[in-house]
Amino acid sequence: MTSLVARQIALPGRLQPTDLDIQSGELVALVGPNGGGKTSLLRALARIENASGVVAIDGEDLDLAPLARRRRLLSFLPASRDVIWPIAARDVIALGLDRHNPARIDELVALLELDSLAGRPVNRLSTGERARVLLARALIGNPQILLLDEPLSNLDPYWVLRIVSILETIAQSGQSVLVALHDLSQLPRFGRALLIADGKVQMDETPASLMASERFETVFRIHAARGGWEVRSQADRRSSR
Amino acid sequence: MRLLLVVLLLVAAASHLLLPFGALREAQAVDPGLADLILIQLRLPRTLLALGYGATLGISGAALQAMFANPLASPDISGASSGAALGAVIGGYWLGLAQPLLLAACGAAGALGTLALLVALAGRRADTATLLLAGLALALAAGAATSLALALAPSPFAFYDAFDWLMGNFADRSLAQAAAALIPASVASILLLRRAHALDLAALGEDVAASLGLKPRHLAMEVIALSAIAVGACVSVAGAIGFIGLVAPVFGRSISRGHPGSAMIPAALTGAILLAAADLVVRAVPLDRPIPVGVVTALFGTPLFVWLVVTMRRRVTA
Repeated sequence: MTSLVARQIALPGRLQPTDLDIQSGELVALVGPNGGGKTSLLRALARIENASGVVAIDGEDLDLAPLARRRRLLSFLPASRDVIWPIAARDVIALGLDRHNPARIDELVALLELDSLAGRPVNRLSTGERARVLLARALIGNPQILLLDEPLSNLDPYWVLRIVSILETIAQSGQSVLVALHDLSQLPRFGRALLIADGKVQMDETPASLMASERFETVFRIHAARGGWEVRSQADRRSSR
Repeated sequence: MRLLLVVLLLVAAASHLLLPFGALREAQAVDPGLADLILIQLRLPRTLLALGYGATLGISGAALQAMFANPLASPDISGASSGAALGAVIGGYWLGLAQPLLLAACGAAGALGTLALLVALAGRRADTATLLLAGLALALAAGAATSLALALAPSPFAFYDAFDWLMGNFADRSLAQAAAALIPASVASILLLRRAHALDLAALGEDVAASLGLKPRHLAMEVIALSAIAVGACVSVAGAIGFIGLVAPVFGRSISRGHPGSAMIPAALTGAILLAAADLVVRAVPLDRPIPVGVVTALFGTPLFVWLVVTMRRRVTA
């Protein structure tokens, strides 16, 4: 079942008119070089800016959805981890709910192993700890679509792996997840991958075929070598143009 | 804690209205009508102004801090109070307005102009240094313009006349003046309180707030306009009073568990208590001439301000 339908969404100078369909239960990665348009696409989908075009979730036009309904349709996690106010971590997570639900908060606290941090002011936590608290806030309302901007940055290897498996479980339950990421090592765990550069979705494939493509290497200016990635030499780059 | 604040507020209100009690008793002995006159015509407007202005500073300070995402934003440090004073001086001494409500409108216009300039100069979520510098520049400019407007005013007594009022004064204000300050301030404050939850959500950043369907730009304009109306109306009647709008929200947030929007009500209670207490100090000091209440709030507020700046710097360098 189609969960998200975006038609001709665009932000002048940053995102060219884009169409995108995401099925329910899909776990989609969004990759691309710095400044390529990952965040712009997520912001346009979340209707943070006055992007042109239409975004519908479960058939509902997001621009027309009432505030309370919007929380059920979509949740957005920004790349910034800044919270300047001394709000307890548990209370930050609760901001993701429209009504008090201590049991659900406990669930997220347990899922992201935040028990020892829950009572501490979020502005005093480390960036990685704060990242988990803010992710918990984004997940708590069980929205149909999760738009997550770099949820894996600032995390140690255990948490990178844990959070990808948490996102896999969420997708299996029928929610759709679109994740902007830089860590290519996690890409194979996603079901689908979008490559975005110059404000345009260049490819929409499975991660394996995306990473095997010449386009992928050209856009990122790297190539596969010795089981990992290497920077492409000037000569390689010139020959591929 | 909230209950304690309410009790303290009642104590402050009763003390402010009834102290010194001896004068009231003597008047009552001479003529019961005279005691009523003192209580209703002299003391009641003063008490209402002190409590209402304090509450207004608490609410608008908390709202501005939430909106700028900065604990140093406040009506005085943003230059809004100085702008309001300039507006009221122009209205009173140049346009010849005497109607308290018209003067309140001039105060609100002055505050609004300064806050709009602050956002234009520093941006909506300015870092502390930019906000402080831009606010300082605006406050200095508005202060200088106020002095100039008074020096060149048609009335030769303008300067002397205004000094008494500029630094904050609640003495000899009428009930009509109290109403001119407090009715617009109350309406604006109630509208600000309705945005408490939105301001709490804005703590997660403008992008998250916008993704939830809020309009951060509209919210910012609303906070600025309502704070300007509330503070401007109070300044036009009782002068510019510093530090309460900075300090009360800090207490407010300690009660609202850090939530910047929900801090508005406890900040209002704290502001009212602090300003009533400061005015009690003014009345208790045995001097021939009264000292402006703004001097008292500055004396107590400066150390707290320094403490805030130092703790913020420590947090940044930690």
